[in-house]
Amino acid sequence: MMNFAEILRSGLSTGTILLFAAIGEIITERSGIQNLGVEGMMLFGAMAAFKASYMTGNVWIGLLVAIIAGGILSLAHALVTIHFQADQTVSGLSLTFLGTGLALVIGEGLTGMTTATVPNLTIPLLSKIPFIGQVFFSNLNLLVYIGYLTIPIAWYFINKTKPGLDMRAVGENPAAADTLGVNVYATRYLYTFVGGCMAGLAGATISVAVSPGWYSHLTTSGQGWIAVALVIFSHWNPTRAALGGYLFGMLRRFTLDLQGPAMLLGMRNPFFYNHNLVFFLQMVPYALTIVALLWGSSAARRKRIGAPASLGIPYSRGERGV
Amino acid sequence: MSLPKISLVRRTEDVPKWMPLVTTLGAVLLAFVIGGIILKSIGANPFYIYGYFFKGAFGSLGSFSDVMVKASPLILIGLGCSLAFRMRLWNIGAEGQFFMGAFFASLVPLVPLVPMETTPKIVVLTLMGFLGMIGGALYGFIPGYLKAKFNINEIIVTLMLNYIVVFWNNYWIFGKWSDSGFQMTKTFPKAAWLPRLADLAGQYKVFSGITLHAGVLFGLLAALIVHIILNNSNWGYMINLIGDNPRAARYAGADIAKNTILVFMLSGALAGLAGMVEVSGVVHRLQERISTSYGFSGVIVAWLAKLNPWAVIVVSILFGALIVASREIQPSGISFLLQGIILFLVISSDVLLKYKFQLTRSAKVKDEVAA
Repeated sequence: MMNFAEILRSGLSTGTILLFAAIGEIITERSGIQNLGVEGMMLFGAMAAFKASYMTGNVWIGLLVAIIAGGILSLAHALVTIHFQADQTVSGLSLTFLGTGLALVIGEGLTGMTTATVPNLTIPLLSKIPFIGQVFFSNLNLLVYIGYLTIPIAWYFINKTKPGLDMRAVGENPAAADTLGVNVYATRYLYTFVGGCMAGLAGATISVAVSPGWYSHLTTSGQGWIAVALVIFSHWNPTRAALGGYLFGMLRRFTLDLQGPAMLLGMRNPFFYNHNLVFFLQMVPYALTIVALLWGSSAARRKRIGAPASLGIPYSRGERGV
Repeated sequence: MSLPKISLVRRTEDVPKWMPLVTTLGAVLLAFVIGGIILKSIGANPFYIYGYFFKGAFGSLGSFSDVMVKASPLILIGLGCSLAFRMRLWNIGAEGQFFMGAFFASLVPLVPLVPMETTPKIVVLTLMGFLGMIGGALYGFIPGYLKAKFNINEIIVTLMLNYIVVFWNNYWIFGKWSDSGFQMTKTFPKAAWLPRLADLAGQYKVFSGITLHAGVLFGLLAALIVHIILNNSNWGYMINLIGDNPRAARYAGADIAKNTILVFMLSGALAGLAGMVEVSGVVHRLQERISTSYGFSGVIVAWLAKLNPWAVIVVSILFGALIVASREIQPSGISFLLQGIILFLVISSDVLLKYKFQLTRSAKVKDEVAA
């Protein structure tokens, strides 16, 4: 039967995937680089984590390899868009292809294997709080807790530190940042890399933690794109992105739970009696992404917040321009 | 003494006409070299795989016809993408528009919309092609409208729609239209099949078993139409102007919102027609797996062809070869991998068209030389 606490807990686990990917992309975009290759980096990271932990039997090595794998892949995008000044949209798309292809080729033969996974933890003391402790702090995946910590760290870094300020300056007005002595190119490389690492971690969160296993391209099934949508929806704000991620996670679980009971609110449950209607339930997360974008855009217009001013525009030192 | 430094200097003069072609070809070649190195490093034999690619794609009339069969939807989708990209509208939703086109076209034989035994083939096929285009255009309208009215990122919208239509088709394929429980509809009546060369095997023995169908003609015709729109019409001029310089276009009186929706719909219609071509010319039924990521490959095709309609045809044939050859080769991701590397290198190679490399010595060295 449906249980709100269970849906919430499930949302926290699956939402962590989106949280890592979306906050990583926020950091990249805040420095002025749009990397649409999140889906490819996530899939590559998921495969790398699974394969490395399968081969070594050590899931921590798996996580590390996934983070590095995502980061390295993102450097291809960085090189092409920062130095060669290629179109960031097209480059991001090619990164998705490249990551998908690499993951499928290197991950060949991993389907159906099992490996060590990230352990679940219960936090002492905090888990004793009634309800809240049960939902948020007991028997959840370690990565979920790391996700909790990532939110304030990312917020503090972006808004309250000198490197965070430099990063935003580069994303808003690279020429001005340059005159103040910030190395625009290096900054953009760095944060594209950080975003790639976090996408790799997001992939690993799927394959060795939340739903362990390698299911070729179905492993990510579009979550990288949902993460990109969350970035826009959240107005480049890590807290909002995290909340959105958790909401999406809950929604996923909710649509699964809806199929279970024969009776729903005292009525015959249509999804139970006609299984084909489930296809409409499966559309919901994707349809809701579009609705979220619509909602986000009208809120953005009202509050006059927008993308980083130089997002997607290459910077060329010594050339007059944007 | 310091080393000479390599720096990029923006070209002020136009590049020679041959240069884009040479850099693109060079990038594709380099992609195969890099792909080969990656294959080698994971223990595969690149020479065997590439040799197999070539033989599997161009080795016989039959295999070349298979290549053209795969190229047909790619040409249509690549043309649709080129049109949208000219206006800098990122229609990544050709995959979804393709599926929607396939669904709409399938309505004709499956509902059926016309009596299938008595209606002439030409009428059935025309109706299917028309409905396929309507389906794709309607599905293209959604991102176009959201972009034009609310400035919603069309990349995300089109991608989400790609997922949604798969569930929509499955609802019908697994349910009402299921062929006795299988995950596909029953085979269309013959009247809904596009003519194939194999149909002529009675007169010309050489055509027996050749699967090439009339859909490829749609692609060629569409290339001509897109070429005329882009190069010989006022509308095409506006599309290019809006893409290159939206501000100038607005001063020139262009209705950007209207053109956004129209271009998205036409782009979707071409992808929808590709969906009709695939169900009517190849699988003869609606099923879940009718596309090997045609929609995404179409994006790459358009970009490799530098948004030129005639080049789209050539590139589509090459990609058709890649798809045909990679059907039988393991691991299955190789074709994705190569497509990704090719696209990366092609967009990187564009730097050579915009910039030239220059060796510069630092000022200090020059002073020393002068002294």
